[in-house]
Amino acid sequence: MMTPIVELEGVKRRYPGPPPVEAVRDATFTIRSGDYVAVVGPSGSGKSTLLNIIGCLDRPSSGRYRFAGHDVGQLPDRELAGLRGRNIGFVFQAFHLIPHRTAEENVEVGLLYNRTPRARRRNLARAALQRVGLGHRIGFLPLHLSGGEQQRVAIARAIAAQPSLLICDEPTGNLDSRTSESILELFDNLRSDGLTIVVATHDPAVTAHAERVVEVTDGVCAATP
Amino acid sequence: MTSSASHPTPTPRLSLRDLGAEAVASLVARPVRTALTIVGTVLGVGALVATLGIASTAGGQIVGQLDVLNATKVTVQGRPDPSGGLLTTIPWDAEARLLRLNGVEGAGTLTRIDVAGALARSVPIRDPLRQSEFAIDLYAASTGLFDAVEATLQTGRFFDIGHDRRGDPVALLGPGAARRLNINRVDIQPVIFVGDTPLTVIGILDGVGRNHVLLDAIVIPDGTARRLYGLAAPNIVIIRTALGAAQLVGAQAPVALAPDNPHGLIVAVPPEATAVRAAVQSDVDALFLVLGTVALLIGAVGIANVTLVSVLERVGEIGLRRAVGATRWHVAMQFLAESAVMGLAGGILGSSIGTLVVVGVAATRRWTPVMDFTVPLAGPALGAVVGLIAGAYPSWRAARLDPIEALRTGP
Repeated sequence: MMTPIVELEGVKRRYPGPPPVEAVRDATFTIRSGDYVAVVGPSGSGKSTLLNIIGCLDRPSSGRYRFAGHDVGQLPDRELAGLRGRNIGFVFQAFHLIPHRTAEENVEVGLLYNRTPRARRRNLARAALQRVGLGHRIGFLPLHLSGGEQQRVAIARAIAAQPSLLICDEPTGNLDSRTSESILELFDNLRSDGLTIVVATHDPAVTAHAERVVEVTDGVCAATP
Repeated sequence: MTSSASHPTPTPRLSLRDLGAEAVASLVARPVRTALTIVGTVLGVGALVATLGIASTAGGQIVGQLDVLNATKVTVQGRPDPSGGLLTTIPWDAEARLLRLNGVEGAGTLTRIDVAGALARSVPIRDPLRQSEFAIDLYAASTGLFDAVEATLQTGRFFDIGHDRRGDPVALLGPGAARRLNINRVDIQPVIFVGDTPLTVIGILDGVGRNHVLLDAIVIPDGTARRLYGLAAPNIVIIRTALGAAQLVGAQAPVALAPDNPHGLIVAVPPEATAVRAAVQSDVDALFLVLGTVALLIGAVGIANVTLVSVLERVGEIGLRRAVGATRWHVAMQFLAESAVMGLAGGILGSSIGTLVVVGVAATRRWTPVMDFTVPLAGPALGAVVGLIAGAYPSWRAARLDPIEALRTGP
C-alpha cells in the first residue's frame, strides 16, 4: 500500500500568547493520495491553523506530521520551502494575485522558486491557464478579470508545478454561488486527474463535493474515514 | 520513490537573472513612483560627476592667451642611457603616429645635425676681404614641424613630402640666417653651401610661435639629412595639442611612439595651470561635493522609504511568494535587488546628466572637456551601492515577515 500523503499523529499547535492559545488540540488522521477532503468548522475553530500545518507553512508544537513520508517537524526552513514549491499548491480566499502582472506572469511566480527552467515555466503556465479555462486571458491583468477568473488564475498558479496536494482556504468565500459552482466543478475535474485536494470551508456546497469531511471543533478534529 | 528523509526535495533556488527580472518587473509596474524615487540619486550622482568633471576641465585650462603657446606644447625625446646612447629612439613616422591621437593638432620631428664645424656661405668663393662664412646651425625637420611650431613664411614655401622622400638638397632659412647669408628672395633659386654641400633655398621663415632656435637656423628635410649626413633617428618630437589636452597627450605620446618601451622616452609637458585649478577647487569643488553628497543621502533615504512602503503594501505578495517556495533569503534578495536597480538607474542617469553638464559648461567657455573616464563609470556603481544600503532595512523587514501572518493580513 502507498504511503499516505498526509499523516497527522496527535498534532498540537500552541501559540505562546499571552494568553497562550491552543489552536489545534488534537489532530490524528491521514489523507491518502487522491482524496478530496473538506475541513469544516465554525470561525476560530482552528481550521486555518490545521491547513497551515498540512501545507507545511507551519510546524506542529508537538505530535508528529509526516508529509509523503517526510517528518515535517524535523525539516529546516529551506527544505520546507522547497517542499511547498514542488509538492503543494495553495489557493486563498483573497486570491493573492500580484497586481500589475499579467495572468501568465502570476502563474509563473508559482514556478519561480522550484528550479523550473525559464522557458519551461512559460509553457507550464500557459498549460495551467488552459487547464482552468483561461487560455484566452493569458495577457490580462488581474484588474481586468472577474472574481471567478481571478480565482481560476490563482488555481492555475497552484497547479502549474504539478503538485501532489492542493490546499484551498475558503476558495469560494469571495465568490457568488454560480461562480462558486464553476470553481467546484474545476476542483472535481482536477481531482479526477489524480490531485489530492484539501478545502477549508463554511460553504455546504463545497462540502457536498468532497468525499471526506474533517470536522474541527475547538481545535479537536474528527475525520470521517 | 521516497528519497532520503532529510532531503525530500531540492532546496529552492532563484537565479540572478530571474531575480533581476522580478525586480525590474516590479519597478516597471509603478513607473511614476520609481521615477520619483530615483530623482534624489540622479541629482546626487549628477552633481558629483559634474563637479569632478568641471574641476578637471578647468584644471586643464589657462587664463591668459600668452600661456596658450606653452600650454599646448609637448615635446618628446629619447632618454639617455648610462653608456651615452639613448634607451629608445624616435621613429621616422612619429608625425603620423601622433596625429592619430585625440588632442594632437600638429606634430613634427626636429634634429640638430652635427656638421663637424662646417661653415655656411652663400657664394662658392672665399672672399678674403669680408666675412662670407658663418657658423649657422643646421636642423633636419619633418614636414609637419612647421605646423607644430606655428611657423610663418616671409617668402617662398615650406618643403613637402616629395622633397623629404627624394632627399632633395633644399633648405629653409630662418630670418636671422637669411640676413647673415644675405639672401632675401628665393625666386632666383639661390644656393647656399654648408661646408661643400650645396643646398637650394626654397623659403625664408618670417617667425615661429615656439622653438626660436629656428629663427637663426638652416632647416632641411629629414630625408635630405639621412642622405647627406646619414642621420640615424630624429632627436625630438614637437607636438602642438588642443587647448587643455597637453597632459593627456603627454601621457599617450610615449606609448604611441615606442609601444615596446615607452619609459625610454622623456616627455616634457607644460605644468598645469595650478593657480586656476586651486581657485576652482576651493570654490566649486567643496560646495558641490557637499551638495552632491547631501543629495545622494536624500536619494538613499528616498529609496529606503519607498522600498519600505512597498514592503508594507506587498505583504500579501510576500506571503504568497513564501507559500510557493521562496525562502526568507529570496524575499530579502528581491527587495534588495529592487532598491539596487533603482540606485543603479539613478546612477546611470545621474552620470549621463553630469557628463552632459561638463560638456555644456566646457562648450560655453570654449574649454576642452577633460574628465577621467572612471568618474562617469563610478557613478552607476555608486548609485547601486546607495540603493543596496538603502534597501537593507526594508529587505530585512520583508524577510522577517511570518508567511502565515502575511497571507492573512495582506491585501
